[in-house]
Amino acid sequence: MTTAPTTPGARAVTRYRLFWPAAVLAVLLLANLAFTPDFFAVHLKDGHLYGSTIDILHFGAPLILVSLGMTLVIATGGIDLSVGSTVAIAGALACLHISEAADPASLGTVLGAVGIALGTAVLLGLANGVLVARVGVQPIIATLILMVAGRGVAQLITDGQIITITSEPYKLIGGGYWLAMPFAILLSGLVALLTALLTRSTALGLLLESVGGNPVASRLVGIRAMRLVGLVYVFSALCAALAGLMVSSNVSAADGNNAGLWIELDAILAVVIGGTSLNGGRFSIGGTVLGALIIQTLSTTVYTIGIPPETTLVFKAFVVITVCLIQSPNFRAKLARRGAGRRAGVRPSPATTTNREVGA
Amino acid sequence: MNANALLTRVRGQIPLLVTSVLLVSMFTVGSVQYDGFFSGQVLLNLLIDNAFLLVVAVGMTFVVLTGGIDLSVGAVVALSTMVSAWLVERHGWPPLVVIPLVLLMGTAGGWLMGWVIHTFEIQPFIVTLAGMFLARGLCYTISVESISITDPSYTAMAQTRIPLGDLFVSPSVLIALLVVAAGFVVLHYTRLGRNVYALGGSEQSALLMGLPVGRTKTTVYAISGFCSALGGVLLTFYMLSGYGLHAVGLELDAIAAVVIGGTLLTGGSGYLLGTLLGVLVLGLIQTVISFQGTLSSWWTRIVIGGLLFVFIVLQRLITARRR
Repeated sequence: MTTAPTTPGARAVTRYRLFWPAAVLAVLLLANLAFTPDFFAVHLKDGHLYGSTIDILHFGAPLILVSLGMTLVIATGGIDLSVGSTVAIAGALACLHISEAADPASLGTVLGAVGIALGTAVLLGLANGVLVARVGVQPIIATLILMVAGRGVAQLITDGQIITITSEPYKLIGGGYWLAMPFAILLSGLVALLTALLTRSTALGLLLESVGGNPVASRLVGIRAMRLVGLVYVFSALCAALAGLMVSSNVSAADGNNAGLWIELDAILAVVIGGTSLNGGRFSIGGTVLGALIIQTLSTTVYTIGIPPETTLVFKAFVVITVCLIQSPNFRAKLARRGAGRRAGVRPSPATTTNREVGA
Repeated sequence: MNANALLTRVRGQIPLLVTSVLLVSMFTVGSVQYDGFFSGQVLLNLLIDNAFLLVVAVGMTFVVLTGGIDLSVGAVVALSTMVSAWLVERHGWPPLVVIPLVLLMGTAGGWLMGWVIHTFEIQPFIVTLAGMFLARGLCYTISVESISITDPSYTAMAQTRIPLGDLFVSPSVLIALLVVAAGFVVLHYTRLGRNVYALGGSEQSALLMGLPVGRTKTTVYAISGFCSALGGVLLTFYMLSGYGLHAVGLELDAIAAVVIGGTLLTGGSGYLLGTLLGVLVLGLIQTVISFQGTLSSWWTRIVIGGLLFVFIVLQRLITARRR
């Protein structure tokens, strides 16, 4: 944000909510072009699309899903730390069911596995929702319980081992192709589209924002805040479970220890980058999808440039703090004051300026 | 003191009472169930194995009492072990220079996070999250692999046994208990301690009373940073290595210890000695599970999660009735 837009047209573009996340994504993608000249090349092989950009979408699909759920939770002023554990539990349950079935490759087994995983996710989400909405525990603490215990539960399900499976229909969810595109991309795209339609074409999004903006006021105007808050935690758990299925299906294995590890932090990061306020009351589905893609592109870039992948954390730290500072009204006020002071030579007091105008 | 006031006082102590009862009953059940469990050394081993967690949890207690949270502690512990190992082993710096430097680094880091939280009014959770990313990332920029320490003064600290009759403790235990004592005095007998409780009770009231809200806030995060760095130094003695994957999830254990110790997560109410009990409960869970032998290590996480659940609901019930 160094150059100030001069023409009114440019100003309108930069004021658009999705401009900054989109610009960051574009810059990151272009930076890749300098290291890999054929970065944007997409080619068709055996009826499947291949290319770096497709890979980013493909590997970013679980993160997009988790971030979508997180967006709605954060819109109500909450947070869901348990998504990583939910990812692990869902993958573990599904793989356990398939590995114990008589015919792992049959469609019925796979549908059963998906059903078990999603059903459990609804229960986990309900547990979070009841703790937050009914018992009134702070969201970060309520979901912390499941985050701690859930890892243990996932390891209990897999018995501390990595369950490997071979099931063609299950492989489709995370690693398969449909209409030449990886199925995972289509699935997360569909969920994103449905979420956007559901929240923006109905009053649901407005209600969520009002609960996040001022819970007391929304209760007084007759919004059933408790039910809505419970609902978003269930939605978040469902999204996380879908992501868990995707992750385990892509590698055909369930790892209770490492599946979805730290994905909650990446998801929060994606939501914040996308322009959703952590204080609740404002959210952007499109921004979240862009945010998730930015994070995935960042990871891919670090790999292709050859920096040790673990140091991605340092970059993420700077991204978090920069975005939060930009969102902070205090920081903006300080920056604006300094900018104004530099322009006028001295620091003018806003109050005296208005008085003078009134007097004239 | 009339009966009603007495009742209110007792009600505030309920979590602490529950924790004490839990600790005693767990130890009793363990002693009855397993051979060799009922010994002073098992109790002292709890302290030896958890000295670093105790120090970190003391810092976390300060932060939670103000109504904040510090997610960066585990990463700062890891960074401290890494920097210590790197400077001592790769650059041959004397430990007497390295240890104060590491402590200073942790304190400065904590102070900086506190300053950002206060000045820009960003939620503590997200600022310390960034701190966590940064500290873990810096570990890996130093080295992706574990660096083991062969320096004689570090190995001496690791192997020294301070005899107590037939039993023994490590120097780390003494340091940890010293930190608890210092924390206790600061919280209950100094102006800073009063300010911490006032800030946690109601930030608005504290501000209107003219208390130094900003200074108190930055100080508690600096204290937490210092404690994390000291915890890292103790962990270096214990592990004799520096590694970016040390103390993963330690922040959760520290928060759990504070909550089980009876400190309200909304701030303003709690005791430092409760945190000591909380750490002992966590340690005892691990000891029982290792004595049992057939239970796998992941049961620790499930039990800790269950305990957290019980204590948080208990806290809610108590505060709801107080109103």
